[in-house]
Amino acid sequence: MQLPDAEQLLIQLTESIRRDISPSTALVGIHTGGVWLAERLLQNLQLPLPSGTLDVSFYRDDFAQIGLHPQVRPSDIPFTVEGSHIILVDDVLYTGRTIRAAINELFDYGRPASVRLAALIDRGGRELPIAAQYVGAVVDVPSDKMLALEQSADGTLGLSLYSKIRDNE
Amino acid sequence: MSNNPQLNRNGQLQHLLTTEGLPAPILLNILDTAESFVGVTERDVKKVPLLRGKSIFNLFFEPSTRTRTTFEIAAKRLSADVVNLNIAASSQSKGETLLDTVNNLSAMHADMFVVRHAQSGAAHLIARHVRPEIHVINAGDGRHAHPTQGLLDVFTIRRYKPDFRSLRVAIVGDILHSRVARSQIHALTTLGVPEVRVIAPKTLLPTKVERLGVHVYHDMTKGLKDVDVLMMLRLQNERMFSARLPSTEEYFKYYGLTQEKLSLARQDAIVLHPGPMNRGVEIDSAVADGGQSVILPQVTFGIAVRMAVMSILAGN
Amino acid sequence: MKLVIRNGRIVDPKNGVDAVTDVSIDAGKVIAVGPIPAGFHADREVEASGLVVSPGLVDLSARLREPGFEYKATLESEMAAGVAGGITSLVCLPDTDPVLDEPGLVEMLKHRARNLHQARVYPLGALTRGLKGEWLTEMAELRDAGCIAFGQSDMPLPNTRVLMQAMQYASTFGFSVWLRPQDVHLADGGVAHDGEVATRLGLPPISVCAETVALSNIILMARATGARVHLCRVSSAEGTAMIRAARREGLPITCDVAVNHIHLSEMDIGYFDSNCHLVPPLRALSDREALRAGLRDGTIDAICSDHAPVDEDAKLLPFAEAEAGAVGLELLLPLTLKWATEMKIPLAAALAKITVEPARILGLDAGHLSAGALADLCIFDPDQYWTVEASELKSQGKNTPFLGMELKGRVKYTVVDGNIVHEG
Repeated sequence: MQLPDAEQLLIQLTESIRRDISPSTALVGIHTGGVWLAERLLQNLQLPLPSGTLDVSFYRDDFAQIGLHPQVRPSDIPFTVEGSHIILVDDVLYTGRTIRAAINELFDYGRPASVRLAALIDRGGRELPIAAQYVGAVVDVPSDKMLALEQSADGTLGLSLYSKIRDNE
Repeated sequence: MSNNPQLNRNGQLQHLLTTEGLPAPILLNILDTAESFVGVTERDVKKVPLLRGKSIFNLFFEPSTRTRTTFEIAAKRLSADVVNLNIAASSQSKGETLLDTVNNLSAMHADMFVVRHAQSGAAHLIARHVRPEIHVINAGDGRHAHPTQGLLDVFTIRRYKPDFRSLRVAIVGDILHSRVARSQIHALTTLGVPEVRVIAPKTLLPTKVERLGVHVYHDMTKGLKDVDVLMMLRLQNERMFSARLPSTEEYFKYYGLTQEKLSLARQDAIVLHPGPMNRGVEIDSAVADGGQSVILPQVTFGIAVRMAVMSILAGN
Repeated sequence: MKLVIRNGRIVDPKNGVDAVTDVSIDAGKVIAVGPIPAGFHADREVEASGLVVSPGLVDLSARLREPGFEYKATLESEMAAGVAGGITSLVCLPDTDPVLDEPGLVEMLKHRARNLHQARVYPLGALTRGLKGEWLTEMAELRDAGCIAFGQSDMPLPNTRVLMQAMQYASTFGFSVWLRPQDVHLADGGVAHDGEVATRLGLPPISVCAETVALSNIILMARATGARVHLCRVSSAEGTAMIRAARREGLPITCDVAVNHIHLSEMDIGYFDSNCHLVPPLRALSDREALRAGLRDGTIDAICSDHAPVDEDAKLLPFAEAEAGAVGLELLLPLTLKWATEMKIPLAAALAKITVEPARILGLDAGHLSAGALADLCIFDPDQYWTVEASELKSQGKNTPFLGMELKGRVKYTVVDGNIVHEG
């Protein structure tokens, strides 16, 4: 199947977010694709606050089934969450479970004024009442396929399709 | 020495009994995971929901408030339910055997046992006899092993000296009776530290200790030369009455770490101690509280390392 | 009862016999080895082609656990295990409760054993009262009651003056003193050989010095007192060398080794296998090799089972807390054969170590198959493999490091006093 160009989608995503930003807007990328996107968005949008990163491994709801992710990376929120306007950034929005975990983790850092969600791709298939405010593209992906964002050596982003389902999203 | 009792059929960690015989990737995975937990312990809410609903039993057949507390904090920060049992005082005196106790607690749907026992091999024995879904963490067995302490020590070292392959490490003190030293040695050699030294009088060194892959020194002035990391061991008071040493004063003079002896090591050397310290016996207060001491960070990192071990085991 | 054993391979080390022929038995005695005497009509004939017919085994060290430790084993269970292992004479140790330090107890034990009509039991009397190492026992009275020699079992005798006097007193009557050389202070608290494994596992060590220091005392005292000394269960290369030198000097010293120690080493402890918690400890591979060589060159006279049944609960404990010992009555023969095969030692020479040699140490006219000898025999299939499993063992104790291992050599018939007491 034909996948959209990630760099193109990033430009669209940047423009849709740009309308809503304020000096207290902070980006938080979800590992791994979301972190790359958040870095690029931060550059594009010239936000004053540094962006944060979240690894939601400690908040996942499938720990009992699949155990701890073999490579947990530290979460890092370098700004005060209390009262900030946060935009969570993820590459592919699917069941919504990762976003649920991310929101829970975020609240353990403090009480934000608002949380919105930006996703490069919305592939449908939601299992929780979660929606993204900013979406690059809606793509229909067969349920036995996994869609992943990848970063090449020069930093260019691209989308790839895999047949193996790793876990949710 | 056929199948490793610490690993499950998929080669994942099933129990943590000793640092010996664990592949380097498993040790590194524990250290890497612990890095993420350090972040958690620095937040306002120092708790994650990972082990919600899990029951962790601290089985302390040998009393140790300090170690038990660190495991308890680690378990609670993972949202597990923790039950502390000081068994020395209860069932053992009624003739119940170690395995009776363990079987009774298993029937209470324990998910994990944290075991401290005065006899080497106690944790292995329990691990061999628990139901397959239960995980065992050795919190110190006799002179044999104290793997979470060994891991938190290498974690601390990596924080200050990230490249294990360029390190010279000296372990000083009562190696003979020390489960901490054994766990440190196996962790350090597995992670590729090229030179591990042990420094002690001959009465505090076990036979053929060099077979563990260490260099033996009896003289601090030689043993500390060019060392990057000093790991001091606690000298138990009862050793004083066993004809192994004449006096704490003489021990301190020849093997106690003073600022003067520390200056023989590299300028940026760090000093570790598993606690509780005997100030003026194995370490001088000026060193313990000095700029090269990382003894307090060790305690903080100990929680993160234990959280990592518990969450990796619970997930396997 | 008249018994004929036909077509067996008769291996009688004492008489240098190794031939396929018949054995005729009557009234508890061997009548003939060779053609069946004319007019001899057997009540029972045993076809033994393909089997080895050996003198019954003589075991120098077996704990029967009675009186006092019936929860570990009983006379019935262990006597059955003995004949199942081809053992027709055995020495039982005095470490019972009460200790075998009273003539009445010894008589009672001998009487009970005799009524079971299995192996002949020769009690080792306590050398000191209660095995406490302080007062001598009434050795002469105990000998009259049936004790074959005197020893301390595994209990220490730290007072060298008491030891010296015990040896002097025993030698007055020509009794032999059986001692397991181990210095009580050097071995204090130890549970494993002071080597690489104990260091790695953090097990309290027992140095080789614990054996050699005690051995040195015993040898010096044997020289001074002229007492006959039997050294039980030597464990080290250095100890073996000291014994070799003492024997070369002509001292009246004999020596045995436990069958576990000629096969196992400290490495077999693995991950704290409490079945390898033995006394003396399993030592280094080099020690094991020296024991095997010492056995071959005659420094060590005999192999014993060092049978020690232990109840399961007492083994399901951390290594140091687990009770020491392993069962061995049913393993003595196959493990001796295994040693012989591995060392390329002729069958007769190997069987000597568990028949005529231990009999000689005991001063018994046993362990051979001459005409007129006691009709105590062990008939075994030298080629049959079997797996050591708890359910296979007659002993009440199932504790052995060899559990699960396949061994070669299975006892088919055991004959004591001319009667078949075991058929396998």
